[in-house]
Amino acid sequence: MTNTLLDIAGVWKAFEGNSVLRGLDLSVARHEAVVLIGASGSGKSTLLRCINGLETVDAGRILLDGDLDVSAFKTDMDAVRRRIGIVFQSYNLFPHMTVIDNVTLSPRKVLKRSTADSKEQAMALLQRFGLAGKANDYPDRLSGGQAQRVAIVRALAMEPELMLFDEITSALDPLLVGEVLDTVRDLKAGGLTLIMATHEMGFAREVADQVCFLDAGVVLEKGTPEAVFGSPQEVKTQEFLARILK
Amino acid sequence: MSGWPVPRRRTSRSNVTLVTPATTAPGAPEVYFDPVRQAYRRKRARRDALVGMASLLGFVLVVGFAISRTSGWPLVQETFFNGSEFIATFPGLLDAFLLNVRIFLIAEPLILIIGLLVALARDLRSPLLLPLRVVATLYVDIFRGVPTILVIFLLGFGVPALQLQGVPNNTVFWGTAALVLSYGAYVAEVFRAGIGSVHSSQRMAARSLGLTSLQTSRYVVLPQAVRNVIPPLLNDFISLQKDTALVSVLGPIELLRQAQIDASSTFNYTAYVGAALIFIALTIPMTRFADWVQARMRKRRSMAGTA
Repeated sequence: MTNTLLDIAGVWKAFEGNSVLRGLDLSVARHEAVVLIGASGSGKSTLLRCINGLETVDAGRILLDGDLDVSAFKTDMDAVRRRIGIVFQSYNLFPHMTVIDNVTLSPRKVLKRSTADSKEQAMALLQRFGLAGKANDYPDRLSGGQAQRVAIVRALAMEPELMLFDEITSALDPLLVGEVLDTVRDLKAGGLTLIMATHEMGFAREVADQVCFLDAGVVLEKGTPEAVFGSPQEVKTQEFLARILK
Repeated sequence: MSGWPVPRRRTSRSNVTLVTPATTAPGAPEVYFDPVRQAYRRKRARRDALVGMASLLGFVLVVGFAISRTSGWPLVQETFFNGSEFIATFPGLLDAFLLNVRIFLIAEPLILIIGLLVALARDLRSPLLLPLRVVATLYVDIFRGVPTILVIFLLGFGVPALQLQGVPNNTVFWGTAALVLSYGAYVAEVFRAGIGSVHSSQRMAARSLGLTSLQTSRYVVLPQAVRNVIPPLLNDFISLQKDTALVSVLGPIELLRQAQIDASSTFNYTAYVGAALIFIALTIPMTRFADWVQARMRKRRSMAGTA
């Protein structure tokens, strides 16, 4: 067992002739929090979706924990997704199910856990993130912040080795961003390995072990938050930060 | 703009000091409705209701009067709205209508099952199951294109004529089968539209949680799809209730056939009017129910929109 949980090498991905990822490399260590920053269209979302197999890569390799090749032709993507969780910008809760049913669905159907066990686990998670009172509500009764936290809990219920967050606060009322970021902070403190695409630079600086600046489909610059935010080396990084921190 | 009447405010409050409870005061009410405003609104509602009723009554009187004054009215009344003829034929019509009800009750569940299966088959992506997809597509193409009454003719007269061993030659059986096949094609497309109305992000979210494609359809997409198509399905139900009358072309004595027999024996068409009333008596509650379901869904959706 090496210390590297995820190893991405030379990944290419194009949509209708438009290259979004252009030979991207990235290595994520166990318990590391990696924050992806960069302009819209720089490839952050596409990278995350390739990592858990929602998109197939055109070239390159994505290796999870040294043994599971996400990018191989015959990989069972359901097996990949059991080990890698993802939370989207739009919460995508299932509107016809209560919160507790949203959370227990895949533990019951995919991990074949008993209803009682998965309920108990779900309640414990909801409790931990202050959502126990919402267990029997339908998603349309939740605020955006609550809905996004339920989406996080739903992904956590599968006990993933790696969590991906795709701009999870971008659709939220500014007043509700804090509660969702607190949840991520909590997960980071618990030692979960996570990759997060975000525009919340203050949060990135605080939580990230590694900050990656994506530009035109490659990691143009990476390092500690102090290095990337404090003294960015690349002109494009400087320009991006100057624009977004203005 | 001179000459326009200036509206006089009957509930002038200009000389009244406006006092509304302070919201910050302890014990302030959660909801406060100005009593004068409330009374005005109630009065308006009462007046609107009265005006509406009076207008409707006037309309009915005028139309009724105009019709009864036409020269042909006595003949029409005698031929279509004959009281004694109505009393004589109505019980027999009701009796015959039981067959329509039976056809409907048998056909409807079968239509739902076929519709759902065909909708699912048409969206299959596995290359191994391509034959299934082709058959389903052909089925929909053919049975949506052929008029229902023609399908009834073809099955009802054609299949028994083959005199195959073990195949029933019962007209009600083949009439019902034709309705099932014809409506099944329509309902399949309704279900398919419902499946398409579930946003692709729902499927993506389910797959990202490790659910298989089949599990995603079963637990995430279909429940939402079915809910979305309940109003159009009810609409098709209503249509089917009426179309059970088409089976009459094969000969079984259902409501329309019975009315035809009555009318041709006395040369009086009151039985047809009676038959129409019976169909209406069944479809109106169904229509109101469909309206109610639709209104409720709209309300739920707009509530979801504000969350």
